[in-house]
Amino acid sequence: MAVKVVQRPQLTFWEKLYIPQILCGLRITFRHFFRNLFLHIAHRFGRKTDVRAGVTYQYPEELRPLFSRLRTRHRLMVRGNGAPRCVGCMLCETVCPAKCITIVPAEHPDPDVEKFPVRFDINLGVCVYCGYCVEVCPEDAIRMDTGILDIAATSREAMKLDLHELMNPELRKPVAACGLDFPHQCGVHGGELRGSWEETLAALTHPE
Amino acid sequence: MPELSIDGRKVNVPEGTTVIEAAEQLGIFVPRYCYHPGLSTAGNCRMCMVDVENSPKPQIACNLPATEGMVVETESEQARKDRAAVLEFLLANHPLDCPVCDQAGECDLQNYYMSFGLYDPRFGEQKVKKQKAIEVGPHVMLDQERCILCSRCVRFTDEITKTGEFGIFNRGDRAEVGLYPGETLDNPYSANVVDLCPVGALTERSFRFKARVWYLSSTESVCGGCSRGCNTELHHVSNRPHLNDGERLLRVKPRHNPDVNQWWMCDEGRYGHDWIDVDRLGEVRRRTDEASRRQVESTWEAALDGVGTALSAGGARVGVIASAELTNEDLFCLREVLGAHLGARIALPPAPAGGTSDDFLIRPDKTPNRKGATLLGIPDAATPSAEALVDAAIAGELDVLWVFGHDLVELVGAEKTRAAAVGECLLVYSGTNDHATVSLAHWVLPSAAAVEQDGTFVNCDGRVQRVGRALAPYGDSRENRRFLLEIAARTGTPAREDWNGPAGVFATMAEAVGSFAGMSYESIGDQGAHSAPSEALAEAEQS
Repeated sequence: MAVKVVQRPQLTFWEKLYIPQILCGLRITFRHFFRNLFLHIAHRFGRKTDVRAGVTYQYPEELRPLFSRLRTRHRLMVRGNGAPRCVGCMLCETVCPAKCITIVPAEHPDPDVEKFPVRFDINLGVCVYCGYCVEVCPEDAIRMDTGILDIAATSREAMKLDLHELMNPELRKPVAACGLDFPHQCGVHGGELRGSWEETLAALTHPE
Repeated sequence: MPELSIDGRKVNVPEGTTVIEAAEQLGIFVPRYCYHPGLSTAGNCRMCMVDVENSPKPQIACNLPATEGMVVETESEQARKDRAAVLEFLLANHPLDCPVCDQAGECDLQNYYMSFGLYDPRFGEQKVKKQKAIEVGPHVMLDQERCILCSRCVRFTDEITKTGEFGIFNRGDRAEVGLYPGETLDNPYSANVVDLCPVGALTERSFRFKARVWYLSSTESVCGGCSRGCNTELHHVSNRPHLNDGERLLRVKPRHNPDVNQWWMCDEGRYGHDWIDVDRLGEVRRRTDEASRRQVESTWEAALDGVGTALSAGGARVGVIASAELTNEDLFCLREVLGAHLGARIALPPAPAGGTSDDFLIRPDKTPNRKGATLLGIPDAATPSAEALVDAAIAGELDVLWVFGHDLVELVGAEKTRAAAVGECLLVYSGTNDHATVSLAHWVLPSAAAVEQDGTFVNCDGRVQRVGRALAPYGDSRENRRFLLEIAARTGTPAREDWNGPAGVFATMAEAVGSFAGMSYESIGDQGAHSAPSEALAEAEQS
């Protein structure tokens, strides 16, 4: 391999004088100081509101705008009748490099849907946010566009999302009551299926 | 013996061989849907079209007899185009529901599209809608939309089971496979149509949505459902316990063996594997209180010491009720450790009467290794019955009664079992599953199932076949071989270092037992090998 020799930058005489360089730096500091001073006063009087005063975001009161392609916390898309759009093909579980997705599929009462997940968990403590699950999904059932970045919990257990939080990103743990009206396994119900197949069939094929 | 050339390579085949079989001999794969070596030739899918020199049109390889001097091209430009066009027609009305289809991953439509298709779809019309998710029988689910009408299932029910449940109805793009009115696909071999189906039209109900096929690991094995010993493939998942309610073994598929089961197996064997994951014994148990016969969890160390002490007491009288569910290796260890060294009387209860059978595969004896036990001299020469041993235990003529697998309540009745359990005789039970005898034993030693420990079975025709090790022993259970060797060490039986592992035990057995002379796991291979016939054995003994 060819070796490329990089010369260390040498200080010029002007730079070696030191004081002028400090003044150069202070010029930038003072420029921002007086600009912000002026703009903050102007904003008080309702002027120049289209120009941003500080460069610092006042997090968490003020959130930085997110780019639309940024991968943030997952969500599961929901059909019109309240069931998940996911058909339980388990491709995301297969492709997941961190193995953080757990799906248990079951027979859907509607033979044209055939399959749906009764359990869909993502362990965010393990997830690497690669977005492969979104790319591989043939039904566009999972997206990473909730804009939720502040994911924190006091236990590893609490880092696991189940169907509730995935289908409704507004929900934050702890989920107190189960509002999903199709049979599924969730922590709230102790892993039990909710409702009989007959009820579900009626609810899903003839939504009121 | 016509000689023909396929893709420039010459091959000699017997008269009447078809081109697809001749190509198979050369290792050239011609894609096919309707052709199956175990069924008659239908020639309706047209997928196996090849180019034949001096033929005006492409020919189907499955129904074209090889003739002298024939020149066949399977990879010419024309043959490739023909196959892609056929595939495009077959897929015209095929739904694109691979994400929810259980066949995805082992589907010939998917595979051949990637190998031989790769065209841009031109079918812009509405696909024909047919019925989905029809339960055609206790084991099989039919999806008419996915069917490509290869008629393999129809020919199977016509030719192999001769029950004729399936037929193809209507014409053109409305043609669909289905049951004749009033029929149900409930013959004893019904699930074979699922293996035959090259697409996702016929799928297994018990495997439905349980897992994706690419999660499955596969182990070559032998069915333990009856003495036929059909060759099988076990499909199991070990690293995703949320699937299939935690059961590790998901499905069993038949494996081709021309001398035993051809391509088929019965439903009884295919779906008779629940015991491997359900009601298993996973911990050593010890009786703590004689009066209430209460049992608590114990350790292997304590159990082996306890049983070993009882066995090695001077002049201990030992009875063993062996099981024809054990592998040859286990039975050989049992014979050597308990029989030869400790002088145990070994009984082998006969097969219960009334087992179903037919003239195809299903045998009345529902144990897989009775023949192997006989070759190993079990039961011993005095052939005590299980009942005689239990009677002896009740009468105080036995110090230790060791039961393998069997439920004594079924063998001798509840009354005698209880009597044997309260007597002086130490009742040791080792087996895989929980039942009435287990709670009565002094010691419960959980055994690994045959598919958790490898070994060999001898089928009803005397064919020695490998069981294979698909799973790890359940819970805290151990291989019979392993704890019998521990017992050997505790009772002063000369230790055999080369018995570590089933292959080592088999090698020793091949030296000691004439029927297995000269055999090894290598020579058995994946198709099995015949044990020495008894006449040859008799001659060998005379000379």
